[in-house]
Amino acid sequence: MIEFDVRTTDDGIGVVAPRGRLNMVAARQLRETLTGLVEGGTRRIVVDLAGTTFLDSSALGALVAGLKTARQAGGDLRIARPTESVMTVFRLTNMDKVLRARDDVESAFDV
Amino acid sequence: MSDARRFFVRVVALVTAILGINYVAWRWLFSVNWDAWWIAVPLVLAETYSLVDSLLFGMTVWRLKGRGEPPVPARDLTVDVFIATYNEPLDLVLDTARAAQRIAYPHRTWILDDGNRAELRARAEAEGIGWITRSADWADMPRHAKAGNLNNALSVTEGEFLLILDADMVPSPEILDRTLGYFEDERMGLVQTPQYFVNVPDHDPLGSQAPLFYGPIQEGKDGWNAAFFCGSNAVIRREALMQLGVARYAGEVEVGVHRALRTARSVIRKARKDLDADQVQVLGALEEIDYAIARARRDLDRGEALFDVTYRFQKRVATTRRELVDADLRTLNEDLAIIAGLDRVADDPDVSLATIDETALLQLADREWSPLGAVETVEALVRSIDVDRGGEAQPVMPMATISVTEDMATCMRLHGLGWRTAYHDEILAKGLAPEDLQTMLTQRLRWAQGTMQVMFRENPLVQKGLTLAQRLMYFATMWTYLSGFAALVYIAAPITYLTLGVLPVQALSTDFFVRLVPFLLVNQLLFFVVADGRPTWRGQQYSLALFPVWIRSFTSAFGNVFLGRSLDFAVTPKEKRAPTGHRWDLVKPQLVAMGLLVLALVAGAVRLALGEASPFGTVFNMVWVVFDLVVFSVIISAVRYRGFEPDTAPDSDLDASPPETASARPSDEGAA
Repeated sequence: MIEFDVRTTDDGIGVVAPRGRLNMVAARQLRETLTGLVEGGTRRIVVDLAGTTFLDSSALGALVAGLKTARQAGGDLRIARPTESVMTVFRLTNMDKVLRARDDVESAFDV
Repeated sequence: MSDARRFFVRVVALVTAILGINYVAWRWLFSVNWDAWWIAVPLVLAETYSLVDSLLFGMTVWRLKGRGEPPVPARDLTVDVFIATYNEPLDLVLDTARAAQRIAYPHRTWILDDGNRAELRARAEAEGIGWITRSADWADMPRHAKAGNLNNALSVTEGEFLLILDADMVPSPEILDRTLGYFEDERMGLVQTPQYFVNVPDHDPLGSQAPLFYGPIQEGKDGWNAAFFCGSNAVIRREALMQLGVARYAGEVEVGVHRALRTARSVIRKARKDLDADQVQVLGALEEIDYAIARARRDLDRGEALFDVTYRFQKRVATTRRELVDADLRTLNEDLAIIAGLDRVADDPDVSLATIDETALLQLADREWSPLGAVETVEALVRSIDVDRGGEAQPVMPMATISVTEDMATCMRLHGLGWRTAYHDEILAKGLAPEDLQTMLTQRLRWAQGTMQVMFRENPLVQKGLTLAQRLMYFATMWTYLSGFAALVYIAAPITYLTLGVLPVQALSTDFFVRLVPFLLVNQLLFFVVADGRPTWRGQQYSLALFPVWIRSFTSAFGNVFLGRSLDFAVTPKEKRAPTGHRWDLVKPQLVAMGLLVLALVAGAVRLALGEASPFGTVFNMVWVVFDLVVFSVIISAVRYRGFEPDTAPDSDLDASPPETASARPSDEGAA
């Protein structure tokens, strides 16, 4: 099962923390969460993957879709604190080469 | 697959290869009649083409894989069944959907309705069948035909596996139980089953069935881990498709941004030149964009992540845009102040510009409204230095969109990522083939064009990630579609001899025949043993007789890929056409060819009677002409074919509306 913790920082940055297995069943929920944030005016989003034990390509696709939505609204989507097993999935698709994961949530939008 | 049969096939394939290479080498080295090079060279090239075709066929069947009984699947897999439709009759789609609902293995059935038909939706949902049409994201975006339809559905469903069916492909209840077991292998990405058509008489006048392809050829490709995806009747692992989609996305945005950065300098320079010198502010903005591009390039060179670099770039350009608008607004306000100072204007309510809504002015800050928007080339450039794929409905497109036939390219890319595929040789879905010549020709042209597009855009011979054998297996299918050019030569050569007495070979000597005849015989023997009782002659006929279609597919795909021309792509019509009499006009090139062949027979006879030609050469070429005519005779029966009439009393379903649709591979069927 998967749970999404969603909060907004003082700087107005949305933080989404999926806890558990982020797979094809959860992918749509993730995408809807991200779209909902952007539509609500939160255009800068950090997806905190520290509590995400597993991630498949469908979930990765949902992240990309969320990124597109955020970019088109003038914002951005960053990912932070992926575990080693999650990074493997990024590597399999070469996403690790174009998308840099951040070491912590707070500074994800600093650079 | 018995070992004895596989061994026998290999022996015959090996002998065919040896005799073929021996013959063609001898042709090139010792027997080309260089004096008549204009026909001699084309002929030896055509023969070389046929030899390569034969070698690739031999390689294909070298590893004939008979998978036999499939493994039993686990019971807890989740499956979506997709029925792709665009404009097929509703009853046809619903019949397929109902059969899909009856598939025994637990699953969900979806109709992917690219026609967005309210009635189909209502009727499907009344029967508990899911209905999906394109989301709002697709408005004003490239639709990518069936590939787009499937990509759209992938984003709103969540099963681990997908069974893809064309609208007319009625599945049997055990289709999933017979295919899902292969996915026990966790690297298995796709399982293809045959495409079989119920509305085809035994003599198959339109060459609809592809018994050699959906059989030994796919089994052979399977042996090299290169079984093809054929668009319908296949089960796919969602993870494989999605991984492909994301990997393509990552690769393509990277390539796209780098390409944009490379051309950036010249785009800016040209835009600057086209501007009037008094547009100082826009010129200044271009300067800033130029600088932002230089920084982006430098950051990428330093190894910074593409997503960060493009984000910063977009932010900088946004700032530039805002400054431009601010400057414009300042100018406007100054103007307004001047206007307001003029008493007579201030009294005139029509010119009270100062009351303009502030928010309306702020709209100018949007992309389209900003003064920079006028410099379209630069705006396009800026947009392309981003990773959001703004020109597509979805950033991730798992089904390949580079070709009008999405299946081959998608499958090749899956293989490139290291996924395995399987071909399960058991008919588990039955569909409807075209019943008239025109529909059939449109369909074959479309397939051939799709294959040629892939050959030009992503040539398998140079694709990373594929084994050498996989590259050759994909290339083999493309190669068969080049047969149109060889067919022209095989028509022209005997005509040339019988009418002009010009022989493209140096002599019709014993040397010639002892090399050619054994090769031809053993090549046919190879077909015979590989086919194992399946009919192959129809396929061999069409591979020559449809030469105008194959040639047109090559030229139109070439024009499309390299010259940006339209393919004149038409969706295969699914409705039965009103009877319009025999359409001889559709096969004019073939009729002309047949006419010339017949005339050549007459000319040859006359020349023989006058003693101007050698009896042996004349008879040999006459036999060749008669063979050509027999091959082409299939065209006559195709034109005269009036549609399928079942032998037995037709079942009411089919009789009520016999629509037409299509699916099967024409290629590979005639590798001779």
